[in-house]
Amino acid sequence: MPMTRILAIETSCDETSAAVVVDGRAVLSNVVSSQMDLHAKYGGVVPEIAARAHIEKIGLIVEQALQEAAVTYSDIDAIAVTDGPGLIGSLLIGVTAAKTLALTLDKPLVPVDHIEAHATSAALVCDDDPWPAVSLVVSGGHTSIYHVADYDHIELMGQTYDDAAGETFDKVAAILDLGFPGGPAVDRVAKAGNPKAIRFPRTWLNEPHFNFSYSGLKTAVLYHVYGQGKKYGSAAHLSEQEIADVAASFQDALIEPLVIKTARAAAERGVTTICVGGGVAANSALRAALQSACDERGLRLLLTPMKYCTDNAAMIGLLGHQRFLAGVRADLTLEPRGGLVRTGR
Amino acid sequence: MTTLTTRTDSPETTRAIGHALGAILPPGAFVALSGALGAGKTCFAQGLARGLGVPEGEPIVSPTFVLAREYYGRLRLVHIDAYRLCDLDELYMLGVDEALNDGASVVAMEWPDRFEALVPANAIRVTLSHDGNDIRKIRLQIDAALADALCRATVDRVHWRSPSETPTTD
Repeated sequence: MPMTRILAIETSCDETSAAVVVDGRAVLSNVVSSQMDLHAKYGGVVPEIAARAHIEKIGLIVEQALQEAAVTYSDIDAIAVTDGPGLIGSLLIGVTAAKTLALTLDKPLVPVDHIEAHATSAALVCDDDPWPAVSLVVSGGHTSIYHVADYDHIELMGQTYDDAAGETFDKVAAILDLGFPGGPAVDRVAKAGNPKAIRFPRTWLNEPHFNFSYSGLKTAVLYHVYGQGKKYGSAAHLSEQEIADVAASFQDALIEPLVIKTARAAAERGVTTICVGGGVAANSALRAALQSACDERGLRLLLTPMKYCTDNAAMIGLLGHQRFLAGVRADLTLEPRGGLVRTGR
Repeated sequence: MTTLTTRTDSPETTRAIGHALGAILPPGAFVALSGALGAGKTCFAQGLARGLGVPEGEPIVSPTFVLAREYYGRLRLVHIDAYRLCDLDELYMLGVDEALNDGASVVAMEWPDRFEALVPANAIRVTLSHDGNDIRKIRLQIDAALADALCRATVDRVHWRSPSETPTTD
């Protein structure tokens, strides 16, 4: 069978990324242009910056992806692109670039869901498809458990009902004055802390469903740090050790429901593989907790490598390949499904 | 405009007030939700959405990361978090301008102080503040007829004060 080469484009949030992926496995290139330094100044992802930076970079990033893969446009069989969910202004640039390439090169255009791509990203490092599996996706905007029967049957089992895990990291990092992005900062500081120092709430830990709620945890940390009646109003009165203990204890409270519910989801569906994707999967304490839970239960844990945990086009190339084989196509009327997530219509 | 204030001792009560408000909101209403981190803005918005008839099965999730989310109940609800926005154009890029002007949707905006220019003169202003543990102060600035309806709908569980009332023990 001839090789299928997918050129994949991902611009759902603050990363501009392009990749060339062969047969949904071999990543010939995966160019990611992080814009983190720009956003750090503003304490968050500022969409205006994200959109402008995408426009400036998208052409160069695609060219570089082709160069690194040592292929030309004519070697490409299809263009895969993230069409949502994400920031509409950012998505629009990737989608427009993909439509332009599809039109001028006369190649098929394949839309790919960003979250489903995170849910299946662990397959990038497997020789054979790891499905069926339960897949935990933890990022800035999403905290979800999926049952992946195969590429065409990805079922949402549970999700956050208020704040996403990554967002909670950002908010707690802001409370502790640790800067943005919050995940790596809290992870780093927590290494010196005692995770059992403070017992923060674990919402819905023993509920039978697979949903999460982190808004109460964020508020509990706020009260612990700021004091009753917001007496202190900042974290400035805490010692370095106290901040480390808060960070470690917060992380522990955030991680426990993720681990318990993911393991329970695997048991309920009778699968023996757990995959983890999304930016928060880079958290070292989460990785360690999942590994020991899987060891205890005899489950296989597939941790998506760091480079495919944050937003990247390689995972879009993987799922785009499967969608391409299944005959999924978009025409030039493709529009991004953006920040206004239309639900329940 | 009438000012109503109360204290709630649980997220459930905050949600219940949002619910009662959502049930009586007219098309085109704009709800400006102010308050510090963890004060209960999203919690209030969750009640508001249910009161507008958004089905129970649909989570009302924090819009911080995606900037805005949209739901459909009795009326369309656009839930916006202005915290991360730095430019008005971005709201237009999100397609929110249409919701602001169509006279049919309800807009709930967190961190409205970032975009005061967008807040209409007749907006319902909800201000939530921490008052120790699970206690929150809630202040509403709201059209007199809606204030009346809201007080009637919540009479069983919320004790409202308006500034004309002399506080007794508080």
